[in-house]
Amino acid sequence: MNGLNISSDKLDMLSKISVMAENLSGAFSLRVDGSPYAKGSSANVTITAKKDLPGIDIRVKDGTVGEKIHIPVILTQSGIKDLVYNDFYIGENCDVEIVAGCGIHNHGHEDSAHDGIHSFHIGKNSKVFYSEKHYGESAPESGKNIMKPTTIVEIAEGGYMEMDTVQIQGVDNTIRTTKGKLGDKAVLKITERIMTDGEQYAETRFEVDLDGEDSGTHVISRSVAREQSKQLYVSNVNGNNKCSGHTECDAIIMDSASVSAVPKISANSTDASLIHEAAIGKIAGEQLVKLMTLGLTEKEAEDRIINGFIQ
Amino acid sequence: MLQIKNLSYVTPEGKTILDDINLTVDKKFVAITGPNGSGKSTLAKIIAGIIVPTEGSILLDGTDITGMTITERARNGVSFAFQQPVRFKGITVSDIISIAAGRELTLDEACAYLSEVGLCARDYIDREINESLSGGELKRIEIATAFARSTKLTIFDEPEAGIDLWSFQSLIKVFERMYEKTNGSIMIISHQERILSFAEQIILLSAGRIAAVGSKDEIMPMLMSSELKYECARRV
Repeated sequence: MNGLNISSDKLDMLSKISVMAENLSGAFSLRVDGSPYAKGSSANVTITAKKDLPGIDIRVKDGTVGEKIHIPVILTQSGIKDLVYNDFYIGENCDVEIVAGCGIHNHGHEDSAHDGIHSFHIGKNSKVFYSEKHYGESAPESGKNIMKPTTIVEIAEGGYMEMDTVQIQGVDNTIRTTKGKLGDKAVLKITERIMTDGEQYAETRFEVDLDGEDSGTHVISRSVAREQSKQLYVSNVNGNNKCSGHTECDAIIMDSASVSAVPKISANSTDASLIHEAAIGKIAGEQLVKLMTLGLTEKEAEDRIINGFIQ
Repeated sequence: MLQIKNLSYVTPEGKTILDDINLTVDKKFVAITGPNGSGKSTLAKIIAGIIVPTEGSILLDGTDITGMTITERARNGVSFAFQQPVRFKGITVSDIISIAAGRELTLDEACAYLSEVGLCARDYIDREINESLSGGELKRIEIATAFARSTKLTIFDEPEAGIDLWSFQSLIKVFERMYEKTNGSIMIISHQERILSFAEQIILLSAGRIAAVGSKDEIMPMLMSSELKYECARRV
């Protein structure tokens, strides 16, 4: 196992955020319980610890193609408040994939918190696929799992970033902030999927400045709010040049949950083309009936619809 | 064999939609026709368990299914293809065919069902059943799911509604093939003469009652000569 001594419970938690033991080789960084645990670099990707702040700098050389970098964080002890700054410097003409994520296992009485502040500087004509999965588990009566991830993205001319975030289970309180600033012909595509239940609260805030000519963004948010959980979706897209922006927020609301969507699009150029779509509603009765006529029970039909929706 | 005994349905507002329907369906291919508002779709939905009748009972191969839920009826051999197929975000064509078949199908198996309804499987198998599909495409996928289930009783509620002329030609061929392959009964609610013309038995509903039951040779002339003719012709 690459000489890393990782206990099976930690590996189990890593698997919940889609990171396997074999992913912890080459360029990677694993952070456990608020401290760096292990990291490695490759010929093209250098990962170094920051000197003044907790966190790492990830530097990807110009022309790096096909490399996959894993930077998971796990919290296994109750009461840890972890704040980390990760800066990504992606050179020009790269095509790389970065897998981040945070898993919290909280069986104590104190709250566990992870705030990751990720800054991306994407060079000319580079492509980055970034995925982030959040997962929490805790015993009844234990402390809360709190995550407040912030992602700040700057994309140079012709650059492309696709960001895929998933939070399906066990995170009690989350505020996700994503900010993007795009140069000429730069594209930022964001897909988020969220499911909340119990007394959970999830808030997402997107702010994208389409500064460059022919820049574009597409934000897709799909969420399910169950039981007494609450969700807030806020997006703010500014079209400052000839550009295109499309945001869509689509939510299924169940039980006594509540969901708010606050979309804002601002055009500061006559050549900006911006669209927002938002829909909040319960599962359509006819969808349940259709699946029941195919032999599923009402519960199976509901699960199937929800899983499909946020898959 | 489907038996319907003394079946009535009165809406909560007190309007009688079906009035004392008695019917035995033992043929392979049966059509239900009649003017708008005659109760055809309500009857189909009652058989599928979507609407609960006010009175009466339904037996499928001797088993009383009147008290069964939609799911139980589906598992006991009732299939129902909707007049307006339902759209889903995030459920693919391949998902719905697998759900219908009751197991995960291989790509080849799922594709075979799509080919039955004249869809190029490769183009459709991974597509979501969402707004991107046309009404005609949805309708054919709906029929493919009924194929995948191949149960004792399959009810199609106006399969011709909302499809274009080209699709209609293929639809006729699909039912011809389904007729050859099925081991159960196919019940089609339709206004379309060409669909009615190959039914072994036609049930004519009018104002919530059975106006006539008979072979196509007996019923078709009635449709052409009666007041129903205008209504039926207008709908095609």
